[in-house]
Amino acid sequence: MKIKLTFWKVVFLVIMALGLYSTFIRYFRGLGAVSNMTDQFPWGFWIGFDCLCGVMLAAGGFCMVGAVYLFNVKSLHSVVRPAVLTAFLGYLLFIVGLLFDLGRPWFIWHQLIYMNFHSVMFEVGMCVMTYTAVLFFEFLPNVFERFNLKAPIRWIHKIYPVLIVAGILLSTLHQSSLGSLYLIMPSKLHPFWYSPALPFFFFASAIAVGLAMTIFESTQSAKALGRHLELSVLVQLGGALLVALWVNALLRFEDFFHRDMLRQIVRPSYEAYFLWLELTLSFVIPITLLSFKKIRLSPNGLYLASVISLLGFITNRLNVSLIGFETYVGHHYLPKWTEFSVTLMIVAMGFALFGVAVKYLPIFPKEGFQAQSQSYEEVLPASAIPELQHVGN
Amino acid sequence: MSKALLYDSTICIGCKQCEVACAQQNKLPYDDRIAAESVQSEHKYTVVMTKNDKFMRRLCMHCEHPACASVCPVGAFHKTKEGPVVYDVWKCIGCRYCMVSCAFSQPKYEWQSLNPRVRKCIMCPDRIAAGKQTACAEICPTGATKFGDRDDLIKEAQERIRQNPSTYLNRIYGLNEVGGTCVLILSGGKAEDFGYPASQKIGDTPLPEYTGRVMERVPDFIPVWSLVLGGIYWISHRRDEVAAAEAEEKKNGSAR
Repeated sequence: MKIKLTFWKVVFLVIMALGLYSTFIRYFRGLGAVSNMTDQFPWGFWIGFDCLCGVMLAAGGFCMVGAVYLFNVKSLHSVVRPAVLTAFLGYLLFIVGLLFDLGRPWFIWHQLIYMNFHSVMFEVGMCVMTYTAVLFFEFLPNVFERFNLKAPIRWIHKIYPVLIVAGILLSTLHQSSLGSLYLIMPSKLHPFWYSPALPFFFFASAIAVGLAMTIFESTQSAKALGRHLELSVLVQLGGALLVALWVNALLRFEDFFHRDMLRQIVRPSYEAYFLWLELTLSFVIPITLLSFKKIRLSPNGLYLASVISLLGFITNRLNVSLIGFETYVGHHYLPKWTEFSVTLMIVAMGFALFGVAVKYLPIFPKEGFQAQSQSYEEVLPASAIPELQHVGN
Repeated sequence: MSKALLYDSTICIGCKQCEVACAQQNKLPYDDRIAAESVQSEHKYTVVMTKNDKFMRRLCMHCEHPACASVCPVGAFHKTKEGPVVYDVWKCIGCRYCMVSCAFSQPKYEWQSLNPRVRKCIMCPDRIAAGKQTACAEICPTGATKFGDRDDLIKEAQERIRQNPSTYLNRIYGLNEVGGTCVLILSGGKAEDFGYPASQKIGDTPLPEYTGRVMERVPDFIPVWSLVLGGIYWISHRRDEVAAAEAEEKKNGSAR
């Protein structure tokens, strides 16, 4: 077998090489050498992006499982498997990211024996762990089908209602709890982002992101695999996304209104610029776009609207976790290149694994198998481009 | 009975003996270079700062309701009944939530270490358990740092303010801040000028209450939400069953 070097394959290899170098620095020189985190900024880009955004971007799994299996919306059936796969990989990579960020990752199992029930992070940790297990079981049928194992599929189908309810319950808990993490810092987090309603915002935005992410990943993998795109599915998701964005926007407005923030958020300031960026990307542009029927019915329009809203919600998470602390700390935090490179490596691994899974497992409905001859290297580049842009932002 | 430290900045002469004693007690390095450092760090639990001939000491406040202990996922921090907030390094996984949550930003980290620990003043728990004072209070030549029962120290601080109202700002920093702390501060000027967070900003509410309000709902939320989700599942799939049964009936009916 001859391996052909394509441009994107080279990029992938460069990302992996730089990432491995940063990994070496992380584990042999320490957190101080690999990151710009300090006593004033103990949580940096890895918490802001890898953890907060990573879990948010994996929300498509529980959203689609909820829509198709809980609410029995059969028309969305074709997107459940890729969404569950994305979520499963997302959570696995989130755990990988955690192993970089934790100061003593070799003691991560302490979570299971020294439990502190008052800690939000304990709750998040337990939920993420059990939910990853649930996702593993939701993902398993792909493997069983691949090897034509009938009996295990029947067993999984028997416990499916339990898996579905457990998965959505756990997702509700930890998606919102990621917001609750910040409730204990009223004096540190900037009032634009500190709100008693943070857990609600995090949960509501996870649903919007879950929908946007499903549109994004369906379009992207259809392009990469040369598959025919089911427009009706995308249009349905786009309509739901528009509703979800409106709900999110109204929640945020209500919150600003009740906390008497409306005057302050329109006044120019360092934080205001970032808030405007966030609100424009997550609400103003995508809601405007999706309000036009012509855009809502076109694959490109839907794709554009969801990517912009994804960027907006990523900005929101980074604002909450990084920008919102800069005034309190008194100086700016800019991640070191090694921090970016570790994140890039993890994201690239995600795309590669997605490509491999799509190639070898029945993730997409039968129709997609005409494209099976394509190598995953070709899957990776097309889908890697937008993700690189996320990280850059 | 909770023990506490009263620091009176008007008596302090800035000799930094407390820094030396603290370093010895906790086996931290100490030399002229470290003595000149005016910020706390992983090798400096307490610092005496100088500004316009005025002094101010900083150390962990040993909150009555410590945020660090409430947020730690593995419970590596806990408040002892004598007052100190102590750290069990063998439990720590290094998530640094304690550092982010502390209103006084007291926990510091060994960023250069490959097996890093969180570092902060632990109020000499072994000495207190043995009935002794903290190292810093014992060595203080002027009594600016005084060790005692929290209630007694509060009374004494109020008495000092009453007797010399012109010397002191009329407040004890730490009396009510974030629900009260076991380090109490008397000063002529504002403690805020030396980097202490403003009282009105951190408020009097114990920080764990902010998350407690959400966390206490979780045990009820789990069964209720499971039932709701299970109910939705049952209804949405029941509709299919009914539709299938009706179709069957119709088929049978038309065949008859």
